[in-house]
Amino acid sequence: MSEARPLSSRVITVPFILGVIVILLAGIFLLKRFIYGLGSVSGMNDGYPWGLWIAYDVNVGTAFACGGYAMAILIYIFNKGEYTPLLKPAILTSMLGYTLAAVSIFFDIGRYWNMFNIFMPWHMNFHSPMLEVAVCIASYVVVLWIEFSPVLVKNPGVRRMLKVEDIEEKLNKVLFIFVALGMLLPTMHQSSLGTLMILAGHKLSPLYWSKLLPLFFLICAIMMGYCIVIFETSVSGVAFKNTHEFKLLTKLSGVIPWLIGIFLIMRIQDINARGALSQIFKGDLPGNMFLIETFLLLIGLIILWKPENRTNVKKVFIAAFCVLLGAGLYRFDTYICGFNPGNGWHYFPTAPELIITFGVISVEILGYLYVVKRFPVLALPSKNK
Amino acid sequence: MKNRSKESVFGMCSRRDFLKYCTVMAASMGLPLAAGERIAEAMTDPKRPPVIWISGQGCTGCTESLLRTSHPTIDSLILDLISLDYNETLDAGAGKQAEEFMDRSVEANKGKFVLVIEGAIPTKDGGIYCQIAGEPFVKIVKEMADKAGAIIAIGSCASWGGLVASDPNPTGAKGAPEVLKDKAVVTIPGCPPNPYNFLSTVAYYITFKKLPELDKLGRPKFAYSRLVHENCERRPHFDAGRFAEEFGDEGHRKGYCLYKLGCKGPVTYNNCSILQFNDVGTWPVRCGHPCFGCSEKGVGFTIPLFVEADIKKDTVFTPAATPAGIKYERGGKVSGTAAGLVGAAIGAAAGAAAVTVTRMKSEDEK
Repeated sequence: MSEARPLSSRVITVPFILGVIVILLAGIFLLKRFIYGLGSVSGMNDGYPWGLWIAYDVNVGTAFACGGYAMAILIYIFNKGEYTPLLKPAILTSMLGYTLAAVSIFFDIGRYWNMFNIFMPWHMNFHSPMLEVAVCIASYVVVLWIEFSPVLVKNPGVRRMLKVEDIEEKLNKVLFIFVALGMLLPTMHQSSLGTLMILAGHKLSPLYWSKLLPLFFLICAIMMGYCIVIFETSVSGVAFKNTHEFKLLTKLSGVIPWLIGIFLIMRIQDINARGALSQIFKGDLPGNMFLIETFLLLIGLIILWKPENRTNVKKVFIAAFCVLLGAGLYRFDTYICGFNPGNGWHYFPTAPELIITFGVISVEILGYLYVVKRFPVLALPSKNK
Repeated sequence: MKNRSKESVFGMCSRRDFLKYCTVMAASMGLPLAAGERIAEAMTDPKRPPVIWISGQGCTGCTESLLRTSHPTIDSLILDLISLDYNETLDAGAGKQAEEFMDRSVEANKGKFVLVIEGAIPTKDGGIYCQIAGEPFVKIVKEMADKAGAIIAIGSCASWGGLVASDPNPTGAKGAPEVLKDKAVVTIPGCPPNPYNFLSTVAYYITFKKLPELDKLGRPKFAYSRLVHENCERRPHFDAGRFAEEFGDEGHRKGYCLYKLGCKGPVTYNNCSILQFNDVGTWPVRCGHPCFGCSEKGVGFTIPLFVEADIKKDTVFTPAATPAGIKYERGGKVSGTAAGLVGAAIGAAAGAAAVTVTRMKSEDEK
């Protein structure tokens, strides 16, 4: 038997302090960004108004944070209750990932003080996919916090702060609404993140531009959602010496090859239908990036295709890692490497820009470490066993 | 012929033309269409307040500019539309006769008439450098201003000193707002100003018995709230970085932006680029000459003609008035640190994965 318990280990460790240093560095550069403007820290320009922060922190970051969404599909829609122990940590990573993605949008918006206007209904442009993404991500962050709140209120400190005795019962009565919203919202904005780049038209390489971008991005997000659950459970399992959930992972990995297969077939046929297959071997940046992504996804597909490989945790982990890299790169390349605005514009992130992104990633990791050590998230073997 | 005389109540212009003129005037001030009719009513009222136009240290260019109006023509303007009771250049009478008529009109319309001041006011040595009928101009201005209903300073000289107040300013010339510090003075700067800006202001006052909305320098906002640059027809060339480098070069012949030839459009508030001059749709910049900022204090007659204007970014709400430039940074610099950081990140991810894989193996073996 297993039960969700806080890990009883120290929070302040050497990796934790290293993370804090990165966050402090990022904080200094962020201060510079908010005082002197975007140009002082970032390599973004008029040709590439979206840089690392949107392409990675928001676009790839929210896909990495789709674990909660992917697991919810499996557990609630396909009614696979046995995966429930994986749900809480998945929702935790989703919550942290989405919250920081939302914060990153704030870094990226030049006139951030005007940002509140997007939530004013009389200013909304209902034909804009950007509005859809913004409002949807903002509401999903709230939904995730509520979905995760039953874990938070289990902590005695939090309970004392809230001063509501029967908070858990009250939460349980309304939670189904938020679980449903937690299904709907990512479906909407994960596809809309693709829609955004349909608008780029000819500026996007024919290998990446497609009318099916929303569908590709959605499949990609679900695929990455399962892989991140495998990745995160494996890493935390090894780090905290808790191999308890590994057998669930091997079972879960059976879904992934289907998703990769569908994704690759659709994408390659889509490129073929537009007569752009020859672009793959052109040797330019989009072509080479396409090859790298497809290669990584194929490794994942080939490993996970064979049922006997799926019983080996190590192979499942390697496959999941490759798929994460491949699918993450696909989403990144659609925003940056496949994008060429012409007129000689180029983009490469600057060091401060990168450090801010590393700071965001560090906050996610440290947040995860803190929460699993103080709140009942991970399913650990029962003490009385 | 009979029919025409019925219509031509307004001298040379038909009623239809007159209403049209009033409506256009209302539109140029941003007033609703119905205001055109009210303006027409007020301007044909026999008891409308007269305009008294006094001239000091000026070149009479502002009067000349007024004479060039063609809708309406100057004769119907001064005889029928505004009641121009005194103007030294246009008066039929002269000397004592003219002065007497002016005094009579001022007394009869005390507190109602519109006082127009043209030319700067010399103040040095008791103002002896400009005298009319033996009286210093500065004294005349002060006396008349006390009796006027509204005061309009026309032209740059009357508004802020203009050409005559340029260094070394031997006569101590000042603009009307500086002399009449305790009074509201509408300024219509320009050298010369567009006559329609002046006429619109007068029409507004006569119709609504109050002054149009003014900025802090007393300029009517309907005419002076925007930079010449903002609505300039050559603006696209500025934004794209296409400049005439010298008079007669290829860029100049092709109608490129005149900024590098010293155009002061980016620092001058006026509506020349919209209203234009002489009713034929022309203005200096269209003719290929840079704007020299005649209406802007501290620019016209102060900054040399061919010196590039100091472009200011004084507002966050309209795009900054900076040229895009011909050659500029297009990004893509890869710094060693950044490349190193990217490498470190990839290394860290791969390392973490590798460590996890090896440790997993040992877990299995247990």
